[in-house]
Amino acid sequence: MTTIVTDNCQRCRFTDCVLVCPVACFHADDEMLYIDPEVCIDCSACIPTCPVEAIYEDPIPEDKQRWIEINEERAPGLPVIQDKEDPYPGAEERQKDLGF
Amino acid sequence: MSDLGTEKNPARVAIVGSGPSGFYAAEALIRSEPLVLVDMFERLPSPFGLVRSGVAPDHPKLKEPIRVYQRIAESPQFQFLGNITVGRDISVEELKDCYHAIVFACGAETDRKLGIAGESLPGSHTATEFVGWYNGHPDYRDHVFDLSHETAVVIGQGNVAVDVCRILSKTGDELRHTDITEHALEVLAHSKIRDIHMIGRRGPAQAKFTHSELRELGELADCDPIVDPGDLELNPASREALADRSSRANLKSYEVLQGIASRPPPTRRRRCHIHFLKSPIELKGEGRLERVALMKNRLEGEPLRQVARETGEVEELACGVLFRSIGYRGVPIAGVPFDDARGIVPNRDGRIVDGADVVPGLYATGWIKRGPTGIIGNNRADSVATVKSLLEDLPVLGAGEERGADTLKALLKSRGVRVVSYADWQEIDAAEVQRGETAGKPREKFARVEEMLRLLEGLE
Repeated sequence: MTTIVTDNCQRCRFTDCVLVCPVACFHADDEMLYIDPEVCIDCSACIPTCPVEAIYEDPIPEDKQRWIEINEERAPGLPVIQDKEDPYPGAEERQKDLGF
Repeated sequence: MSDLGTEKNPARVAIVGSGPSGFYAAEALIRSEPLVLVDMFERLPSPFGLVRSGVAPDHPKLKEPIRVYQRIAESPQFQFLGNITVGRDISVEELKDCYHAIVFACGAETDRKLGIAGESLPGSHTATEFVGWYNGHPDYRDHVFDLSHETAVVIGQGNVAVDVCRILSKTGDELRHTDITEHALEVLAHSKIRDIHMIGRRGPAQAKFTHSELRELGELADCDPIVDPGDLELNPASREALADRSSRANLKSYEVLQGIASRPPPTRRRRCHIHFLKSPIELKGEGRLERVALMKNRLEGEPLRQVARETGEVEELACGVLFRSIGYRGVPIAGVPFDDARGIVPNRDGRIVDGADVVPGLYATGWIKRGPTGIIGNNRADSVATVKSLLEDLPVLGAGEERGADTLKALLKSRGVRVVSYADWQEIDAAEVQRGETAGKPREKFARVEEMLRLLEGLE
């Protein structure tokens, strides 16, 4: 089973998801968050929290499947994020542009 | 200026309850800027609340948060005091004298009743009891479930109801290598149940069960799930509700139900029937449960706020065992205000209130704060919010005589209470894992408090 963060998170980085993760599996760089698949328990608590619906669980739509490897590769090398942070500058604009 | 929260004057907080909400509160307090020492009280010798005794034995991944709680428990700022019942072994008043604040994280230990005739007939049980029993919770060790009947009924359409149905549907082989307790496995492996009926009050667009749990009902070794395609016809309001962004999860469930409805005819020994728009109105039988009378419902109201209304049409279903799974409910705590209508402790932002007034120093988190909703992770966000309120109040929190855990432990000892430390729990934990090894299980839980305490006695 897989749960992944995908492109809508880029330059939004709202971080609402990290507050409900029971196992601290979110990792972050400056632009977006990633889920460590080794730690994630697929509980789906994070999915409804994202204001731009960036998180996907099984079955992953075909156009998002490239993000499976990206999450798997990038997450472990980045710091864990457990606390809510301010969104990326311009996140609210991007949220509107994405249709949310 | 208060120096509470400094090296010289660390803040001391008592947390009552050791489930997820309690541990996430401990984590938030320990990670905060001020120096906070946390004492966690738990009435059982074993910690972890519903992650240990609620999550189903065949969902081992959902127990992984225990690793997080183990890390928190290893903090030098944390202390576990198990086998202590707050309200019996020590009062809330006495805790108030020892700590700057108390966070109640004691969950929802009882269940909502149907409130119908025959509810207490032999054969009528609650999901709370059944789940506690198969998960080795000491409160339920001696409950008896007669599974010699062919038909079982489960009232409810949330994930707990699905858990009960799935465990009843599984073969002994499917359960044998999980951490289900030995006594439960014995009963379930000899179950004569053939048909399990999950009865839900509302329709497929309103049901609270989630898609991954539903999908599992289609992946059982010897049980076929059954959904009447007619039940999946939606009224306009339900169709509109499913199209709404907030219903993404419900839509996924609906799609799984459609998949189930279009399966080939059942061939396996057991069948799990998923019913919609029915409510039990009476449990009937001579001295024991023999039938349940079900009222057919229809939906009324606006999309996303549809309610079930009786149609007057009643059918009877013969059954020998029934489990109501319509929600857990909080239990009042002596010395703390209680909202009987909602089964929670009245609060604002986690601060306990008595009417309009905040009760200084008392806080709530988890199910006793917001009701029995959400999954494990929701308690983390909840606890972070409660701790935020507590930390805001730090400058004005005081304690009576500053006694702390050592004096408390002496008091408890004088009352004959054997306090179980985290190190003690680790011994019990290791023993459970070792017992499980011979049976090819992750662990064989001790289902009696006396057994855990005897183990510790033997080690002393």
